[in-house]
Amino acid sequence: MPETHQARHPVKFYQVGSFAVGNRLLDEADRTVQSDRERTNSLTSGHRACQGCGEALGARYALDAAMRATDGRMVVANATGCLEVFSTPYPESSWRIPWLHSLFGNTAAVATGIAAALKVKGREDIRVVAQAGDGGTVDIGFGCLSGMFERNDDVLFVCYDNEAYMNTGVQRSGATPPAARTATTEAVGPEPGNRFGQGKNLPLLALAHEIPYVATATVADLHDLERKVEKAMSIRGSRYLHVLVPCPLGWVAASSETIHLARLARETGLFPVFEGAHGEVTDVVKIRHKEPVEEYLRLQGRYKHLFGSGARPDIVGRIQEIADRNIARFGLVDEVPPDEQSVGKQP
Amino acid sequence: MSQQLIQGNEACARGALAAGCTFFAGYPISPSSEIAELLARELPPRGSVFIQMEDEIASMGAVLGASLGGRRAMTATSGPGFTLMQEHLGYASLAEIPCVVVDVMRGGPSTGLPTSPAQGDVMQARWGSHGDRATIALAPGNVQEVYSLTIEAFRLAETLRTPVAVLYDEVIGHMREGVVLHEPTPEELGRRTAPRAAFSPTFLPYEPDENGVAMLPDFGRGYRFHVTGLMHDERGYPTSDHVKVAELLERLERKVEPAVAAVPPERYRLEDASVVLVAYGIVARTARAAVDLLRREGIRAGLLRTRLLWPLPAPALTEVSSSAELVVVAEMNRGQWALEVERLAGGKTVLAPYLKAGGSVITAEELAGHVRRLAREGVAVS
Repeated sequence: MPETHQARHPVKFYQVGSFAVGNRLLDEADRTVQSDRERTNSLTSGHRACQGCGEALGARYALDAAMRATDGRMVVANATGCLEVFSTPYPESSWRIPWLHSLFGNTAAVATGIAAALKVKGREDIRVVAQAGDGGTVDIGFGCLSGMFERNDDVLFVCYDNEAYMNTGVQRSGATPPAARTATTEAVGPEPGNRFGQGKNLPLLALAHEIPYVATATVADLHDLERKVEKAMSIRGSRYLHVLVPCPLGWVAASSETIHLARLARETGLFPVFEGAHGEVTDVVKIRHKEPVEEYLRLQGRYKHLFGSGARPDIVGRIQEIADRNIARFGLVDEVPPDEQSVGKQP
Repeated sequence: MSQQLIQGNEACARGALAAGCTFFAGYPISPSSEIAELLARELPPRGSVFIQMEDEIASMGAVLGASLGGRRAMTATSGPGFTLMQEHLGYASLAEIPCVVVDVMRGGPSTGLPTSPAQGDVMQARWGSHGDRATIALAPGNVQEVYSLTIEAFRLAETLRTPVAVLYDEVIGHMREGVVLHEPTPEELGRRTAPRAAFSPTFLPYEPDENGVAMLPDFGRGYRFHVTGLMHDERGYPTSDHVKVAELLERLERKVEPAVAAVPPERYRLEDASVVLVAYGIVARTARAAVDLLRREGIRAGLLRTRLLWPLPAPALTEVSSSAELVVVAEMNRGQWALEVERLAGGKTVLAPYLKAGGSVITAEELAGHVRRLAREGVAVS
């Protein structure tokens, strides 16, 4: 047996005894991968992500979970984008895994090739993960990704969605939400910011390819993210995981608000957290405390033009309609029977 | 007219607006994104179109469609995006679709050096698409010239019905200089060819005018015609007649020749020069300083600064290779244009290019040092 990756790279904990490091006060079975001293530390410290970067957090949790699920036998193909840039500034790398930077749009195809090569060499124990930002997934990378889905190649594709091209200076992508200001969707005119439209809902497009596993997650619930990665690695064929990762720079939000914003995206219904397989939604994470979208939008400078002087409650209303539609479509809020409602109101 | 302190990429966007560009489709890429960002702000309020596409392939496709629809259309990108656009550029050349493509060059190949300057896309601009493609590529050497040559690129594209590339490096793209944003005259804007008769069943959309440029109408003008990337005859219909195909390729090559006279080179201290530096883009600026350094040391140096890369400015290059004892092509690549100059010089002079690829600009001192070394070795006579 080859020496496992973990054995070569013992993890250093910087916050010894901290609850934040990974729920070490919980029962062992309930603890996160990150609480494990034997975890791989795939994306290690010293990288140059911004303070409060959701993508760095999401990638670390996703890949460490995938490494545990594959017993350290894994190759990662990474598209051009923020994650690639901040993790590998010349001449350094923060990756402690076999890692390949492909091009911007071809990551899914390159991962397909790696998986196919491993298969013909009889090394299907080595698993392949492809990862990209939203631009590399929903825009320039979509053709290759769709092909990978169609062939059902044995790859887990993870999209870290921060809703714009942050690396090149915050230009819109096909995943940018309506009304958000970016460098190419200025907050001017009767419909300021990004236009209202269908958007490009990649999780549903992935589902439409009837691949064996599709899931969404946010960095607000990292345990849920880890669980979904582990589940994805237990399945063969094409799998797709879409992780919402707030970006303090592009969203013009405080770096301390990253987790809060990810949670609000879920609790408003703007970002439905669900799992699906073979074309059907199989499970959703219910909204626990439903919040109006305004609570989410107000914290972000990219929506500043909707509030204050010249406020646009009509646009906020249209965004609320999107959230309400998601809630109805995915059943994100449990219908409470009238008798239970009255019970709940009693002192 | 007063000057404005603006960045190279802004000068490009301003030049495009002055040239009547009413359509931009593009995709973010360093170091060209500022062009798209500025046009995203400026085009929609004028009733013009800015579209951010899903990649460079789609961007170029949209530009071609818009151009056939009658718009002055452009895109801006850098090396990796320029690579993705190449198939479209071949199509545009053959189908005679006017368009402007700005390539702000960064280090390559592949993702390369996204924020460092280079001049490595020179041959790609010439031969990036398959087949014998005639092409025009301009190379501004300062921010003012980014403005004026962007306007000239539109004029050449429209009047000659061909794609025109504007190539400059990251330093020029991000450098700020005082620029006079003059309003172009109607002559400087140029006009696209158009059919001379109303539509009839015998109408020939690809009939060339006296300059060898097809008189293709814009879509929506009442003409019915075909546009195709297959070899075609004057009717626009596919043909495999080898005589007609050979004639078409020859005509397309001949029709871009007026660019040589339209974009003349700049001559600096060339009158009595025995050592001629040949440069373009940012390197031409340091080469000019190198000429002054060498002159002070008694070496009779001069500079031929070209602003046109393709078609090759053959007369000027032939002239200096006949008159100079030493010709030094200085460029930020592994020797792309230098090979063309060598081919053209045909052994008439000594050629000793100074090449530097790696992401930094050739300095005046480096270039002067190169010439001094050659002089010491007896290659150049002062």
